[in-house]
Amino acid sequence: MEALRMEHITKIYPNGFVANKDITFSVQQGEIHALVGENGAGKTTLMKVLFGMEQPQEGSIYVNEQKVNIKSPLEAISLGVGMVHQHFMLLPSMTVAQNVTLGMEPKKRGLVDAEKAVQMTQEMSDKYHFGLDARARVSDLSVGLMQKVEILKALIRGAKVLILDEPTAVLTPQETRELFEQLKLLRENGHSLIFISHKLEEVMELCNNVTVLRHGYCNGTHPIEELDAAKISRLMVGRDVVLKIEKEDPKPGKPILEVKDLVCVNSEGKNAVDNVSFSIREGEVVGIAGVEGNGQSFLSDAISGMIKYDSGSVKLNGQEVGGMKIKDIRQAGMSVIPEDRMTVGCVNDLSVRSNAIADRYDKKENMSGIFLNGGKQKEITEAMIKEFEISCDSQDEAIRFLSGGNIQKVVVAREFTSGANFIIANQPTRGVDVGTAEMIRKYLVRMTRENGIGSLLISADLNEVLEVSDRLFVMRQGKIVAAFPKANVVDVDELGEYMLGIRTMTAEEMEGLL
Amino acid sequence: MNVRLITSFGFAVFRLSTPLVFAALSAAICEKAGLFNMAAESMMLWGALIGVIVSGATHSAFVGFLAAMAAGAVTGILIWVATVKGKADLMLAQIAINLASSGGTIFLLFALTGEKSNSAVAIKSLALPKINIPGISAIPVIGKILSGQNILTYGAVVAAIIMSIFIFRSKTGHHIRAVGENPHAAESVGISVPKVYFLAWTIAGILGGIGGAFMSMGYLTSFTKDMVAGRGYIGLCASSMVGGSPIGAMLCALIFGVADAVSNQLQLTNAPADLVLMMPYIVTIVVLVLLSVIKHSRANRRMKAKS
Repeated sequence: MEALRMEHITKIYPNGFVANKDITFSVQQGEIHALVGENGAGKTTLMKVLFGMEQPQEGSIYVNEQKVNIKSPLEAISLGVGMVHQHFMLLPSMTVAQNVTLGMEPKKRGLVDAEKAVQMTQEMSDKYHFGLDARARVSDLSVGLMQKVEILKALIRGAKVLILDEPTAVLTPQETRELFEQLKLLRENGHSLIFISHKLEEVMELCNNVTVLRHGYCNGTHPIEELDAAKISRLMVGRDVVLKIEKEDPKPGKPILEVKDLVCVNSEGKNAVDNVSFSIREGEVVGIAGVEGNGQSFLSDAISGMIKYDSGSVKLNGQEVGGMKIKDIRQAGMSVIPEDRMTVGCVNDLSVRSNAIADRYDKKENMSGIFLNGGKQKEITEAMIKEFEISCDSQDEAIRFLSGGNIQKVVVAREFTSGANFIIANQPTRGVDVGTAEMIRKYLVRMTRENGIGSLLISADLNEVLEVSDRLFVMRQGKIVAAFPKANVVDVDELGEYMLGIRTMTAEEMEGLL
Repeated sequence: MNVRLITSFGFAVFRLSTPLVFAALSAAICEKAGLFNMAAESMMLWGALIGVIVSGATHSAFVGFLAAMAAGAVTGILIWVATVKGKADLMLAQIAINLASSGGTIFLLFALTGEKSNSAVAIKSLALPKINIPGISAIPVIGKILSGQNILTYGAVVAAIIMSIFIFRSKTGHHIRAVGENPHAAESVGISVPKVYFLAWTIAGILGGIGGAFMSMGYLTSFTKDMVAGRGYIGLCASSMVGGSPIGAMLCALIFGVADAVSNQLQLTNAPADLVLMMPYIVTIVVLVLLSVIKHSRANRRMKAKS
């Protein structure tokens, strides 16, 4: 039976942007239906239409084969459509039960029946093996558990169709696996799930059917049996995305970055980076793989001057960066693509232009005397928009209105064109669509080879580190536990064993590779 | 120390704390809804004036008291209209209303009575009753402190308890807290944020109005120009020190009541009067800083424990 059908949906925003054009797709009862597409392809808009947050110009929606008119999220909920937002809608200071029953609290003698709320929540959680404690405070939960609270919120309101907007973006691999088991259980119970994701391997593993959106159009619904990851990405971007990156062997020159006996102590007093030494030379990409939270962020922050390290030394072009101001470090030749683009990479409320020129507006050549040079700024930004194919209405648009991929492009464009000879790329393609990710990776390789810069790539995406890096290190518990001379010949299973601590290389084995 | 001094001081602490408690509760309900109530000052001022006028006109303290509550509520609702319906900036709207109320109350007083600073001569206002608590009043010292206070002093304690139950145990209270913490989350499950704001401002207004009524109908029996004198702001401090918890806000208000009483007591000595009058406000700053230092170090420790 068809649980949901959206027919000929067209959504045009007041500024004339066509987000959805004549999209038709349907979801069967008891299936997991993937909705894939590049950033800005219209997935989020389509789901907002379904959830009553946006009104389409044309088209109709059927729930359980009944035509419905959804004007608000409340109506969507009452029709059995639930949504798990990418940014959680939770109240951290309240308990799981209070969050789940918010707005539909059971009452007893005029007051909220807290016991009943706990009981309702616990029953629901146990039924789907969510492993939640209904009395726990949400602020004490891990991100993975918070997401379960969100799912429970939808389920307890009777959701039969559940929209999951990039649910795995915030999860660790273990949490992702657990989530998948629970989603499969929901499917067996007759729920229909709409799964929005960039990660094609997840789509392949979990989903029954895949609907592809491209530039606001629907590029068909396909049963999973007829697809593989390469086919999906072709449907998404309209061309073959090369998951393999062609590159010649590096011809490394003199060392640019030298890290020696680096130690960073975290707030618990433990060594987050534990005696790490390595160097990066001209013309090579050094990759760092590892399960997240094993000191990669500390390492990146210490090198880029965001935090003070406790001992050891970091030399950039022969100059010690410890104690230098971040601006001076950048001046000395470092560029950083930060892990979290929204808090460190850009200023959300400022324009595309202000963000693009943030590191160079006060350089002599970009000023006219003591005044800012608006014309020059526009010129620089225009060049970036062109070269990196940034889609935005204008340079003056606040950057937060751009899609995630385009925001990342602005950050990447700024960092790649800063004239630095060393780049840290920390999770450069996280939450970015396949096409943009490919472009960023290729750019990183090209810059490194052609301009002879040194690059440090930190990524949780194994395909990425294996394809892009020349030398590859594995970090675990703050230490480098393995080093490989050639990343693209490393076996994934072997890499996994080093990441998870099943194997560790000795200092002798790594000799000469660091 | 002499017993008389202790009793009169203790009695003064509770008397002086009463308006501060109502101001603090007024700020607290807003704080729980995620709003910053700077206008308790105005709510109290209008409550004080309207209470006097109506009780004078009707010869009923009770009707005057109801009118004071209504005046406070109207002030609160006015802020809601300006900021929610009119989309005015919350801070600016409140500053405007505070300035307007300071002048507006005097104008109304002048228009009705021809007096510019005090209603005592023109309006014969009634006082809200004092209550003797049988049993307690017989205990030496403590009886003299706790018994014989104005009905609103006891009312303040009751109000704090009722509000605590309302906020933490009732469905509406849950919704208020939800809106205060994350309006989007509340909205996503169908809680109307404007409605919750309306409720918060109305309740805040009523509480402010009661605080004002106490000042002009309990403490004194007349309205004087700018008689609230910053008590609304002190209440705001008391509430923000404890994150809007009603019982906590009441206890904090009590600390300021002590400072107030000390300053009153010192005025009888040779200490420089202007300096003494600064006391309650200086205590406010000191306590505010101390509490925030404690809060931060506690939060830091918790962060460390968590990571």
